[in-house]
Amino acid sequence: MNEEYMPKIVGFLCNWCAYTGADLAGVARLKIPPSLRVIRVMCSGRIDPLFVTRSFFKGADGVIMMGCHPGDCHYQKGNYNARRRYVLLKNIFETLDLEPERVDLSWVSASEGPRYAKITEEFTEKIKKLGPNPVKEEIFI
Amino acid sequence: MSNVLKIKKGVEQGVNEFLKFLLESEKVKGIFALRKMNENGAVSYSLITHPEELKNAVPFAPLMPVNAGKILSGFTLEKAINEPIAAVLRPCELRAFIELIKRTQGNLDNYLLISSTCGGVYPLKSLTNGRFKEQVSQYWESVKNAEIASDVRPTCAACEYFIPQQADIIIATVGKKDLEKECSIFLNTKKGEEFAKGATGNIVTEEIETKDTSNLRQKREEQKKEDFDKLSKDGFGIKALVKIFAACLSCHGCSKACPICYCTLCDFDSKTHEYSPSSHEIEIEQKGGVRIPPGTLFFHTGRMIHMAVSCVSCGMCSDVCPVNIPVSTIFSKVGNSLQKLFDYLPGKDIEEPVPFGTYKEEEFTEIGEE
Repeated sequence: MNEEYMPKIVGFLCNWCAYTGADLAGVARLKIPPSLRVIRVMCSGRIDPLFVTRSFFKGADGVIMMGCHPGDCHYQKGNYNARRRYVLLKNIFETLDLEPERVDLSWVSASEGPRYAKITEEFTEKIKKLGPNPVKEEIFI
Repeated sequence: MSNVLKIKKGVEQGVNEFLKFLLESEKVKGIFALRKMNENGAVSYSLITHPEELKNAVPFAPLMPVNAGKILSGFTLEKAINEPIAAVLRPCELRAFIELIKRTQGNLDNYLLISSTCGGVYPLKSLTNGRFKEQVSQYWESVKNAEIASDVRPTCAACEYFIPQQADIIIATVGKKDLEKECSIFLNTKKGEEFAKGATGNIVTEEIETKDTSNLRQKREEQKKEDFDKLSKDGFGIKALVKIFAACLSCHGCSKACPICYCTLCDFDSKTHEYSPSSHEIEIEQKGGVRIPPGTLFFHTGRMIHMAVSCVSCGMCSDVCPVNIPVSTIFSKVGNSLQKLFDYLPGKDIEEPVPFGTYKEEEFTEIGEE
Protein backbone atom coordinates (compact mmCIF):
# COMPACT_ATOMS: atom_id res chain seq x y z
CA MET A 1 0.00 0.00 0.00
CA ASN A 2 1.32 3.38 -0.92
CA GLU A 3 1.00 5.50 2.16
CA GLU A 4 0.71 9.21 1.62
CA TYR A 5 3.59 11.27 2.95
CA MET A 6 2.53 13.20 6.02
CA PRO A 7 5.10 15.74 7.19
CA LYS A 8 5.93 16.27 10.84
CA ILE A 9 5.35 19.88 11.79
CA VAL A 10 6.06 21.44 15.16
CA GLY A 11 3.66 24.19 16.17
CA PHE A 12 4.25 26.67 18.97
CA LEU A 13 0.84 28.04 19.97
CA CYS A 14 0.20 30.83 22.40
CA ASN A 15 -2.10 29.90 25.25
CA TRP A 16 -4.53 32.81 24.96
CA CYS A 17 -5.30 33.00 21.25
CA ALA A 18 -3.90 30.33 18.95
CA TYR A 19 -4.25 27.42 21.37
CA THR A 20 -7.80 28.37 22.22
CA GLY A 21 -8.44 28.82 18.49
CA ALA A 22 -7.11 25.32 17.87
CA ASP A 23 -9.35 24.03 20.64
CA LEU A 24 -12.32 25.73 19.04
CA ALA A 25 -11.47 24.13 15.69
CA GLY A 26 -11.43 20.75 17.43
CA VAL A 27 -14.70 21.31 19.24
CA ALA A 28 -16.31 22.40 15.97
CA ARG A 29 -15.03 19.13 14.45
CA LEU A 30 -13.26 20.88 11.59
CA LYS A 31 -11.06 18.68 9.43
CA ILE A 32 -7.41 19.28 10.33
CA PRO A 33 -4.46 17.30 8.93
CA PRO A 34 -2.68 15.22 11.59
CA SER A 35 0.68 16.78 10.75
CA LEU A 36 0.92 19.37 13.50
CA ARG A 37 2.52 18.57 16.86
CA VAL A 38 1.30 21.34 19.10
CA ILE A 39 3.39 22.78 21.90
CA ARG A 40 1.56 25.25 24.08
CA VAL A 41 3.48 28.31 25.24
CA MET A 42 2.08 31.05 27.43
CA CYS A 43 2.83 33.75 24.86
CA SER A 44 4.28 33.90 21.37
CA GLY A 45 6.92 36.12 22.95
CA ARG A 46 8.11 33.07 24.86
CA ILE A 47 9.13 31.32 21.63
CA ASP A 48 12.89 31.45 21.70
CA PRO A 49 14.27 31.27 18.13
CA LEU A 50 16.44 28.48 19.54
CA PHE A 51 13.28 26.35 20.04
CA VAL A 52 12.57 26.69 16.35
CA THR A 53 16.15 26.03 15.28
CA ARG A 54 16.39 23.05 17.57
CA SER A 55 13.19 21.50 16.19
CA PHE A 56 14.54 22.15 12.73
CA PHE A 57 17.89 20.49 13.34
CA LYS A 58 16.21 17.58 15.10
CA GLY A 59 14.40 16.90 11.85
CA ALA A 60 11.04 18.69 11.93
CA ASP A 61 9.79 19.16 8.36
CA GLY A 62 8.26 22.49 9.27
CA VAL A 63 7.90 24.77 12.25
CA ILE A 64 4.99 27.16 12.69
CA MET A 65 4.50 29.77 15.38
CA MET A 66 1.06 31.12 16.17
CA GLY A 67 0.03 33.94 18.45
CA CYS A 68 -2.51 36.70 19.02
CA HIS A 69 -2.99 39.35 16.37
CA PRO A 70 -0.79 42.42 16.86
CA GLY A 71 -2.41 44.66 19.45
CA ASP A 72 -4.33 41.77 21.03
CA CYS A 73 -1.54 40.21 23.05
CA HIS A 74 -2.60 39.06 26.50
CA TYR A 75 0.66 40.53 27.79
CA GLN A 76 0.44 43.71 25.67
CA LYS A 77 3.60 43.34 23.60
CA GLY A 78 4.77 39.72 23.51
CA ASN A 79 3.73 39.17 19.92
CA TYR A 80 5.56 42.29 18.71
CA ASN A 81 8.75 40.81 20.13
CA ALA A 82 7.87 37.47 18.58
CA ARG A 83 7.48 39.14 15.21
CA ARG A 84 10.95 40.68 15.35
CA ARG A 85 12.48 37.39 16.41
CA TYR A 86 10.72 35.64 13.58
CA VAL A 87 12.02 38.18 11.05
CA LEU A 88 15.53 37.81 12.49
CA LEU A 89 15.41 34.02 12.39
CA LYS A 90 13.98 33.96 8.90
CA ASN A 91 16.74 36.27 7.71
CA ILE A 92 19.44 34.01 9.17
CA PHE A 93 17.83 30.97 7.55
CA GLU A 94 17.75 32.85 4.25
CA THR A 95 21.44 33.76 4.47
CA LEU A 96 22.35 30.18 5.33
CA ASP A 97 19.98 28.75 2.67
CA LEU A 98 18.32 26.50 5.22
CA GLU A 99 14.96 26.49 3.39
CA PRO A 100 13.35 29.38 5.30
CA GLU A 101 9.95 28.56 3.82
CA ARG A 102 9.77 25.70 6.33
CA VAL A 103 9.43 28.26 9.12
CA ASP A 104 6.28 30.33 9.41
CA LEU A 105 4.39 32.63 11.71
CA SER A 106 0.63 33.27 11.74
CA TRP A 107 -1.74 35.21 13.91
CA VAL A 108 -4.81 33.29 15.05
CA SER A 109 -7.28 34.67 17.56
CA ALA A 110 -9.24 32.64 20.09
CA SER A 111 -12.39 32.83 17.96
CA GLU A 112 -10.73 31.90 14.68
CA GLY A 113 -11.14 28.12 14.67
CA PRO A 114 -11.73 27.94 10.92
CA ARG A 115 -8.67 30.14 10.31
CA TYR A 116 -6.57 27.77 12.40
CA ALA A 117 -7.79 24.81 10.35
CA LYS A 118 -7.11 26.67 7.10
CA ILE A 119 -3.57 27.71 8.10
CA THR A 120 -2.68 24.19 9.24
CA GLU A 121 -4.07 22.77 6.03
CA GLU A 122 -2.20 25.22 3.81
CA PHE A 123 1.09 24.94 5.67
CA THR A 124 0.92 21.14 5.57
CA GLU A 125 0.29 21.28 1.81
CA LYS A 126 3.27 23.60 1.39
CA ILE A 127 5.57 21.29 3.36
CA LYS A 128 4.25 18.26 1.48
CA LYS A 129 5.31 19.90 -1.75
CA LEU A 130 8.76 20.68 -0.32
CA GLY A 131 9.21 17.09 0.84
CA PRO A 132 11.10 15.87 3.89
CA ASN A 133 13.57 18.21 5.56
CA PRO A 134 17.06 17.65 4.06
CA VAL A 135 18.50 18.08 7.56
CA LYS A 136 17.29 14.53 8.23
CA GLU A 137 19.78 13.18 5.72
CA GLU A 138 22.61 14.64 7.78
CA ILE A 139 22.92 12.33 10.74
CA PHE A 140 26.21 13.61 12.08
CA ILE A 141 25.64 17.32 12.72
CA MET B 1 35.84 69.40 9.44
CA SER B 2 37.41 69.09 12.83
CA ASN B 3 40.36 70.54 14.67
CA VAL B 4 43.59 68.65 14.30
CA LEU B 5 46.56 68.74 16.59
CA LYS B 6 49.69 68.43 14.47
CA ILE B 7 52.88 67.26 16.14
CA LYS B 8 56.10 67.38 14.14
CA LYS B 9 57.15 63.88 15.05
CA GLY B 10 56.52 60.36 13.86
CA VAL B 11 53.10 58.96 14.72
CA GLU B 12 54.29 56.52 17.37
CA GLN B 13 56.48 59.03 19.12
CA GLY B 14 53.96 61.84 18.73
CA VAL B 15 51.15 59.78 20.24
CA ASN B 16 53.37 58.59 23.05
CA GLU B 17 54.18 62.19 23.87
CA PHE B 18 50.53 63.13 23.74
CA LEU B 19 49.67 60.31 26.13
CA LYS B 20 52.50 61.40 28.37
CA PHE B 21 51.11 64.91 28.36
CA LEU B 22 47.69 63.58 29.40
CA LEU B 23 49.22 61.66 32.30
CA GLU B 24 51.62 64.35 33.47
CA SER B 25 49.04 67.13 33.36
CA GLU B 26 46.80 64.80 35.41
CA LYS B 27 43.98 65.12 32.94
CA VAL B 28 43.75 61.36 33.10
CA LYS B 29 44.76 58.99 35.88
CA GLY B 30 45.75 56.14 33.61
CA ILE B 31 46.33 55.06 30.05
CA PHE B 32 44.78 51.88 28.78
CA ALA B 33 46.78 50.68 25.80
CA LEU B 34 48.76 47.83 24.32
CA ARG B 35 52.10 47.34 26.03
CA LYS B 36 55.17 45.48 24.80
CA MET B 37 55.65 42.26 26.75
CA ASN B 38 58.79 40.82 25.19
CA GLU B 39 61.25 41.36 22.34
CA ASN B 40 59.45 39.01 19.96
CA GLY B 41 56.55 41.38 19.58
CA ALA B 42 54.12 39.94 22.10
CA VAL B 43 51.78 42.61 23.46
CA SER B 44 49.03 42.78 26.01
CA TYR B 45 46.52 45.37 27.09
CA SER B 46 47.70 47.18 30.21
CA LEU B 47 46.70 50.02 32.47
CA ILE B 48 49.63 52.43 32.75
CA THR B 49 49.78 55.10 35.42
CA HIS B 50 53.48 56.05 35.50
CA PRO B 51 54.61 58.39 32.71
CA GLU B 52 57.99 56.63 32.42
CA GLU B 53 56.22 53.30 31.81
CA LEU B 54 54.81 54.79 28.61
CA LYS B 55 58.02 54.02 26.76
CA ASN B 56 56.83 50.41 26.63
CA ALA B 57 53.38 51.37 25.33
CA VAL B 58 52.80 50.33 21.73
CA PRO B 59 49.27 51.52 20.98
CA PHE B 60 49.71 50.76 17.28
CA ALA B 61 51.10 47.24 17.39
CA PRO B 62 49.04 45.44 14.72
CA LEU B 63 47.79 42.75 17.08
CA MET B 64 44.63 42.24 19.07
CA PRO B 65 45.24 39.83 21.94
CA VAL B 66 41.69 40.36 23.14
CA ASN B 67 38.89 42.64 22.06
CA ALA B 68 39.40 45.67 24.30
CA GLY B 69 35.68 46.49 24.27
CA LYS B 70 35.19 43.48 26.49
CA ILE B 71 37.83 44.68 28.99
CA LEU B 72 36.53 48.25 29.16
CA SER B 73 33.05 46.92 29.82
CA GLY B 74 34.45 44.67 32.54
CA PHE B 75 35.95 47.71 34.30
CA THR B 76 32.58 49.43 34.45
CA LEU B 77 30.13 46.59 34.93
CA GLU B 78 28.90 47.83 38.28
CA LYS B 79 29.45 51.56 38.00
CA ALA B 80 31.42 54.13 36.03
CA ILE B 81 35.12 54.37 36.78
CA ASN B 82 35.75 57.20 39.26
CA GLU B 83 38.94 58.57 37.69
CA PRO B 84 39.35 59.49 34.05
CA ILE B 85 41.19 56.95 31.90
CA ALA B 86 42.35 57.39 28.32
CA ALA B 87 41.76 54.19 26.38
CA VAL B 88 43.54 53.63 23.09
CA LEU B 89 41.69 51.05 21.05
CA ARG B 90 40.79 50.05 17.51
CA PRO B 91 37.55 51.06 15.78
CA CYS B 92 35.97 47.61 16.06
CA GLU B 93 36.88 47.39 19.73
CA LEU B 94 35.30 50.78 20.29
CA ARG B 95 32.14 49.70 18.52
CA ALA B 96 32.06 46.49 20.56
CA PHE B 97 32.33 48.56 23.76
CA ILE B 98 29.42 50.79 22.73
CA GLU B 99 27.43 47.72 21.79
CA LEU B 100 28.08 46.25 25.25
CA ILE B 101 27.02 49.50 26.93
CA LYS B 102 23.75 49.32 25.02
CA ARG B 103 23.30 45.87 26.46
CA THR B 104 23.83 47.36 29.95
CA GLN B 105 27.29 45.85 30.30
CA GLY B 106 29.31 48.97 30.89
CA ASN B 107 29.48 52.70 31.32
CA LEU B 108 31.08 55.30 29.11
CA ASP B 109 31.58 58.02 31.75
CA ASN B 110 35.16 59.05 32.54
CA TYR B 111 36.60 57.24 29.54
CA LEU B 112 38.50 59.30 27.01
CA LEU B 113 38.26 57.20 23.88
CA ILE B 114 41.26 57.45 21.60
CA SER B 115 41.25 55.47 18.40
CA SER B 116 42.96 55.49 15.05
CA THR B 117 42.11 54.90 11.43
CA CYS B 118 42.87 51.24 11.28
CA GLY B 119 44.93 49.20 8.88
CA GLY B 120 43.90 45.95 10.50
CA VAL B 121 45.69 43.48 12.75
CA TYR B 122 47.57 40.25 12.17
CA PRO B 123 46.31 36.91 13.40
CA LEU B 124 47.89 36.15 16.76
CA LYS B 125 49.51 33.07 15.28
CA SER B 126 51.76 35.42 13.23
CA LEU B 127 53.79 36.00 16.37
CA THR B 128 55.32 32.56 16.00
CA ASN B 129 55.79 32.43 12.24
CA GLY B 130 59.33 33.81 12.42
CA ARG B 131 58.84 36.78 10.12
CA PHE B 132 56.56 38.93 12.19
CA LYS B 133 58.94 41.90 12.37
CA GLU B 134 59.29 41.90 8.61
CA GLN B 135 55.50 41.79 8.30
CA VAL B 136 55.11 44.78 10.59
CA SER B 137 57.38 46.97 8.46
CA GLN B 138 55.41 45.95 5.37
CA TYR B 139 52.26 46.74 7.27
CA TRP B 140 53.19 50.40 7.73
CA GLU B 141 54.05 50.72 4.04
CA SER B 142 50.58 49.44 3.15
CA VAL B 143 48.91 51.73 5.67
CA LYS B 144 50.77 54.74 4.29
CA ASN B 145 49.69 53.92 0.77
CA ALA B 146 46.12 53.14 1.86
CA GLU B 147 46.32 49.56 0.67
CA ILE B 148 45.18 46.33 2.25
CA ALA B 149 48.15 44.93 4.18
CA SER B 150 48.82 41.34 3.19
CA ASP B 151 48.34 38.54 5.73
CA VAL B 152 46.15 40.60 8.08
CA ARG B 153 43.05 38.99 9.54
CA PRO B 154 40.56 38.20 6.77
CA THR B 155 37.91 40.35 8.46
CA CYS B 156 40.37 43.26 8.68
CA ALA B 157 41.12 43.00 4.98
CA ALA B 158 37.38 43.24 4.38
CA CYS B 159 36.52 45.92 6.96
CA GLU B 160 34.84 49.11 5.77
CA TYR B 161 34.46 50.72 9.17
CA PHE B 162 38.07 51.62 9.83
CA ILE B 163 37.32 55.26 10.73
CA PRO B 164 36.21 55.42 14.38
CA GLN B 165 33.56 58.14 14.13
CA GLN B 166 32.52 57.62 17.77
CA ALA B 167 35.97 58.26 19.29
CA ASP B 168 36.83 61.47 21.14
CA ILE B 169 40.26 61.59 19.55
CA ILE B 170 41.23 59.96 16.25
CA ILE B 171 44.80 59.42 15.18
CA ALA B 172 45.10 59.42 11.42
CA THR B 173 47.32 56.74 9.92
CA VAL B 174 45.65 55.48 6.74
CA GLY B 175 47.00 57.25 3.66
CA LYS B 176 49.31 59.53 5.67
CA LYS B 177 52.42 59.51 3.50
CA ASP B 178 54.51 61.44 6.05
CA LEU B 179 53.78 59.06 8.88
CA GLU B 180 57.36 59.17 10.16
CA LYS B 181 57.52 62.96 10.25
CA GLU B 182 54.11 64.19 11.24
CA CYS B 183 51.45 63.07 13.65
CA SER B 184 47.83 64.15 13.08
CA ILE B 185 45.56 63.93 16.10
CA PHE B 186 41.94 64.66 15.21
CA LEU B 187 39.91 66.16 18.05
CA ASN B 188 36.61 64.64 17.12
CA THR B 189 34.43 65.76 20.04
CA LYS B 190 34.21 68.59 22.57
CA LYS B 191 35.56 66.23 25.19
CA GLY B 192 38.56 65.46 23.00
CA GLU B 193 39.31 69.16 22.52
CA GLU B 194 39.01 69.77 26.23
CA PHE B 195 41.58 67.11 27.02
CA ALA B 196 43.99 68.20 24.30
CA LYS B 197 44.07 71.80 25.52
CA GLY B 198 47.64 72.74 26.39
CA ALA B 199 49.33 69.99 24.41
CA THR B 200 52.27 71.01 22.27
CA GLY B 201 51.62 71.24 18.55
CA ASN B 202 49.78 73.33 16.00
CA ILE B 203 46.04 73.32 15.60
CA VAL B 204 44.71 73.22 12.04
CA THR B 205 41.42 72.10 10.57
CA GLU B 206 41.21 69.07 8.35
CA GLU B 207 38.82 66.40 7.13
CA ILE B 208 39.35 62.84 8.31
CA GLU B 209 37.80 61.43 5.15
CA THR B 210 40.24 61.75 2.30
CA LYS B 211 40.56 60.33 -1.16
CA ASP B 212 42.87 57.68 0.28
CA THR B 213 40.38 56.51 2.88
CA SER B 214 37.57 56.21 0.36
CA ASN B 215 39.92 54.31 -1.96
CA LEU B 216 40.77 51.89 0.81
CA ARG B 217 37.12 51.50 1.68
CA GLN B 218 36.35 50.60 -1.88
CA LYS B 219 39.16 48.05 -2.00
CA ARG B 220 37.98 46.47 1.19
CA GLU B 221 34.38 46.34 0.01
CA GLU B 222 35.55 44.43 -3.05
CA GLN B 223 37.58 42.13 -0.84
CA LYS B 224 34.55 41.51 1.33
CA LYS B 225 32.43 40.58 -1.65
CA GLU B 226 35.15 38.24 -2.85
CA ASP B 227 35.40 36.58 0.58
CA PHE B 228 31.65 36.08 0.80
CA ASP B 229 31.53 34.63 -2.70
CA LYS B 230 34.42 32.32 -1.99
CA LEU B 231 32.67 31.04 1.10
CA SER B 232 29.42 30.16 -0.62
CA LYS B 233 29.39 30.52 -4.35
CA ASP B 234 26.17 28.57 -4.76
CA GLY B 235 24.68 29.38 -1.37
CA PHE B 236 25.14 27.40 1.82
CA GLY B 237 22.38 24.89 2.48
CA ILE B 238 22.65 22.22 5.11
CA LYS B 239 25.22 20.16 3.17
CA ALA B 240 27.68 23.03 2.75
CA LEU B 241 27.24 24.12 6.38
CA VAL B 242 28.01 20.64 7.66
CA LYS B 243 31.18 20.70 5.56
CA ILE B 244 32.27 24.17 6.74
CA PHE B 245 31.80 23.32 10.41
CA ALA B 246 32.98 19.73 9.98
CA ALA B 247 36.14 20.17 12.04
CA CYS B 248 34.46 22.02 14.94
CA LEU B 249 35.69 20.68 18.27
CA SER B 250 32.91 22.34 20.21
CA CYS B 251 35.51 24.14 22.33
CA HIS B 252 33.29 27.28 22.31
CA GLY B 253 36.45 29.39 22.02
CA CYS B 254 34.73 31.60 19.46
CA SER B 255 32.04 32.54 21.95
CA LYS B 256 34.55 33.14 24.72
CA ALA B 257 36.66 35.43 22.55
CA CYS B 258 33.62 37.25 21.14
CA PRO B 259 33.14 40.72 22.66
CA ILE B 260 29.38 40.60 22.17
CA CYS B 261 28.97 37.19 23.86
CA TYR B 262 29.05 38.61 27.36
CA CYS B 263 26.93 36.03 29.20
CA THR B 264 28.77 34.60 32.19
CA LEU B 265 27.13 31.27 31.55
CA CYS B 266 26.41 30.73 27.88
CA ASP B 267 23.18 28.88 27.22
CA PHE B 268 25.17 26.37 25.21
CA ASP B 269 27.49 25.63 28.12
CA SER B 270 24.58 25.17 30.48
CA LYS B 271 22.64 22.07 31.49
CA THR B 272 20.01 22.84 28.84
CA HIS B 273 22.29 21.74 26.05
CA GLU B 274 24.13 19.01 27.88
CA TYR B 275 23.95 15.58 26.29
CA SER B 276 23.16 12.97 28.90
CA PRO B 277 23.67 9.26 28.23
CA SER B 278 19.95 8.93 27.60
CA SER B 279 19.89 11.77 25.08
CA HIS B 280 22.63 10.00 23.14
CA GLU B 281 20.49 6.87 23.19
CA ILE B 282 17.42 8.72 21.97
CA GLU B 283 19.38 10.29 19.14
CA ILE B 284 20.81 6.94 18.07
CA GLU B 285 17.37 5.43 18.13
CA GLN B 286 15.88 8.26 16.08
CA LYS B 287 18.65 8.87 13.59
CA GLY B 288 20.84 5.80 13.71
CA GLY B 289 23.96 7.71 14.72
CA VAL B 290 25.27 10.67 16.62
CA ARG B 291 28.21 13.01 16.12
CA ILE B 292 30.57 13.47 19.07
CA PRO B 293 30.67 16.24 20.20
CA PRO B 294 27.03 16.71 19.23
CA GLY B 295 25.13 19.83 18.20
CA THR B 296 27.99 21.89 16.78
CA LEU B 297 25.95 23.31 13.92
CA PHE B 298 23.14 24.13 16.33
CA PHE B 299 25.63 25.94 18.56
CA HIS B 300 26.87 28.15 15.73
CA THR B 301 23.38 28.91 14.44
CA GLY B 302 22.24 29.63 17.98
CA ARG B 303 25.12 32.01 18.52
CA MET B 304 24.20 33.78 15.29
CA ILE B 305 20.67 34.26 16.59
CA HIS B 306 21.99 35.71 19.83
CA MET B 307 24.71 38.07 18.66
CA ALA B 308 25.09 38.35 14.87
CA VAL B 309 22.98 41.52 14.75
CA SER B 310 25.61 43.21 16.93
CA CYS B 311 28.63 41.59 15.25
CA VAL B 312 31.36 44.19 14.77
CA SER B 313 33.44 41.84 12.58
CA CYS B 314 36.54 42.10 14.75
CA GLY B 315 37.66 38.61 13.75
CA MET B 316 38.51 37.35 17.25
CA CYS B 317 36.44 34.20 16.66
CA SER B 318 38.40 33.11 13.60
CA ASP B 319 41.62 34.01 15.32
CA VAL B 320 41.10 31.71 18.27
CA CYS B 321 39.63 28.84 16.28
CA PRO B 322 42.05 25.92 16.67
CA VAL B 323 40.84 24.25 13.47
CA ASN B 324 40.72 27.35 11.23
CA ILE B 325 37.02 27.46 10.53
CA PRO B 326 36.24 30.82 8.84
CA VAL B 327 33.85 31.69 11.68
CA SER B 328 34.18 35.44 11.38
CA THR B 329 33.47 35.51 7.65
CA ILE B 330 30.26 33.52 8.11
CA PHE B 331 29.19 35.60 11.09
CA SER B 332 29.98 38.80 9.19
CA LYS B 333 27.86 37.65 6.31
CA VAL B 334 24.91 36.74 8.52
CA GLY B 335 25.44 39.90 10.58
CA ASN B 336 25.61 42.17 7.55
CA SER B 337 22.37 40.77 6.24
CA LEU B 338 20.63 41.30 9.61
CA GLN B 339 22.06 44.77 10.03
CA LYS B 340 20.78 45.70 6.59
CA LEU B 341 17.35 44.33 7.47
CA PHE B 342 17.08 46.44 10.62
CA ASP B 343 19.07 49.37 9.18
CA TYR B 344 21.45 49.13 12.08
CA LEU B 345 25.21 49.54 12.41
CA PRO B 346 26.52 48.09 15.67
CA GLY B 347 28.30 50.64 17.83
CA LYS B 348 27.39 53.60 15.65
CA ASP B 349 25.07 55.39 17.99
CA ILE B 350 24.86 54.79 21.71
CA GLU B 351 21.24 56.00 21.81
CA GLU B 352 19.98 53.58 19.19
CA PRO B 353 18.53 50.42 20.79
CA VAL B 354 19.73 46.94 19.78
CA PRO B 355 17.14 45.55 17.32
CA PHE B 356 16.72 42.36 19.34
CA GLY B 357 14.51 43.17 22.32
CA THR B 358 12.76 46.21 20.97
CA TYR B 359 10.05 46.67 18.35
CA LYS B 360 7.87 49.12 16.48
CA GLU B 361 4.15 48.54 16.23
CA GLU B 362 3.98 49.61 12.60
CA GLU B 363 6.57 47.33 11.06
CA PHE B 364 6.44 44.03 9.18
CA THR B 365 2.65 44.36 9.31
CA GLU B 366 2.13 41.92 6.43
CA ILE B 367 3.66 39.07 8.43
CA GLY B 368 1.28 36.45 9.85
CA GLU B 369 -1.83 37.97 8.32
CA GLU B 370 -2.31 35.98 5.09
